[in-house]
Amino acid sequence: MSVAVLKPGWLTTVQDRGRYGYANLGVGNAGPMDEVALRLANLLVGNDEGAGALEYTASGPCLRFAQAVRVALTGAMFEVRANGAALPMWQSHVLPAGATLEIGATTRGLRGYLAVAGSFALAPVLGSVATDLNAALGPFGGRALRTGDSIDLNALPGVDLDPDTKPRWSLDPRPWFDFDPAHPIHLIAGTHADALDPASRMALHQAEFRIDRDSNRVGLRLDGPRLALSAPLELASEAIAFGTVQLPPGGQPIVLMAEHPTTGGYPRIGQVAAFDLPRLAQLRPGDTLRFIAIDQDEAQSRYLARERELARLAAAIAQRLQP
Amino acid sequence: MSAGADPGFSIEPLGETILLMRFGTQVDAAVNAHVHAAAAMLRKVEMPGLLDLIPAGASLALHYDAVFWAGSNGEPPWQHLAGSLRAVFASPPAQTTDKGRVIEVPVCYGGEYGCDLDTVASHAGIDAACVIEQHCAGHYRVAMLGFAPGFPYLLGLAPLLHMPRRAQPRLRVPAGSVAIGGAQTGIYPRELPGGWHLIGRTPATLFDAEARPPSLLAPGDRVRFRAIDAIEFAAIVEPNTR
Repeated sequence: MSVAVLKPGWLTTVQDRGRYGYANLGVGNAGPMDEVALRLANLLVGNDEGAGALEYTASGPCLRFAQAVRVALTGAMFEVRANGAALPMWQSHVLPAGATLEIGATTRGLRGYLAVAGSFALAPVLGSVATDLNAALGPFGGRALRTGDSIDLNALPGVDLDPDTKPRWSLDPRPWFDFDPAHPIHLIAGTHADALDPASRMALHQAEFRIDRDSNRVGLRLDGPRLALSAPLELASEAIAFGTVQLPPGGQPIVLMAEHPTTGGYPRIGQVAAFDLPRLAQLRPGDTLRFIAIDQDEAQSRYLARERELARLAAAIAQRLQP
Repeated sequence: MSAGADPGFSIEPLGETILLMRFGTQVDAAVNAHVHAAAAMLRKVEMPGLLDLIPAGASLALHYDAVFWAGSNGEPPWQHLAGSLRAVFASPPAQTTDKGRVIEVPVCYGGEYGCDLDTVASHAGIDAACVIEQHCAGHYRVAMLGFAPGFPYLLGLAPLLHMPRRAQPRLRVPAGSVAIGGAQTGIYPRELPGGWHLIGRTPATLFDAEARPPSLLAPGDRVRFRAIDAIEFAAIVEPNTR
């Protein structure tokens, strides 16, 4: 049971929910940029929602499966073909033995996810199969997939792998995937938001920012009005989070993303609400965004509402997957 | 330095899943000792619903499961967790007689091993041998690990050796480089970009994901540096790479 990488795409990595429990040693969480998409892809094939799956970017991989497999694709809208025929996303499909899965270019959004029933037979590194490119941790020595790589799959006895079984239902992606850059990103005031000068404080919530080309899984650089503090701050390094908006001395804010280091020393002017991180992760270099203020309690309440909805959906999908 | 006196802290949420316990505004050995005592306390009471603890110079961050900490009465999770923390720390953590492990780190100073040694010496107004002596004489404490897996920020650098970071960071700093940045000294666990001044290199392995524990140093550990020559450096490197 294995999958061969015929073409890797632009940047394809193995990710699970992330690597937790070692941040005190400087080991980051890594994990998916769009966590909800990874969880839903896994749920659609009957996996644990945090299991290892593939995250691909801008242009997807071309893969060949030695045996019949059940797969699901979520996230950004990519052109997907299985043995030459268009394969809809947001559904669970059985591919026959020897099938070639071609994931082409994205038409909306940036990052897609492919889950395989049973997930990958990969040895966890510090408890996780998430790929941390900068720290070189994870499967394949922490690097992106290359042509010629082969990933073993876990055997899944009892799973229906009859290719004639056609999917009878699909997930409605709309509640989870909103690639419209016109919708503002919710921003909680950061620890040092008050240290911004008045013009910068206003610009942060009114100006348009463009995702710089020099953005990656570690962070998104925002091109827009240069922001400045009223007076310089000398800060000691301390914990930072997925979604923290840092302001380096140059005045160009950086939003830290999935592969951020555990600590940082720049002023933290904002924190993107966790429920908006999947949307932010799907913006492409060149896309613009605006921030809208939200308070901590409201953000947390919306986060909990999202988690309740995902739990409800997980139960509904599990029921439908029953034979 | 004993933890226990004035263990007061303020609480700052950092988004929906991280809470910072702040023990002071300045990083010093006393404040940092409170950070490590608090982390030890949370491990001892096995505080539930925590995913990661991230100690820093003056703060301890708790990465938590917001769903676990969702209060039944609509109380925001961060306030629920903050309440539990205040209860746990209502009485200060017991004074610990544990001074922490002492780890000796061998360092080959200067030359190709530490190309900024002379720069640091002239900045301090002393000669290179004196920098080595001062650096080895220090009693250091791992204030935190961060920046990269296994990278220690060490408190206890002699004030004479404090030096602002390089204006232009290097794109590649060799693995094992022992360096000075501001008031701190640290060690690059692997080849990384970096703006600190390189005074030497250790043959010790700082981080190995396959090792248990993966990091040579843990937060709160005590560190001493011992000067070695190139022959001893090579002798230690060889078994490591075998």
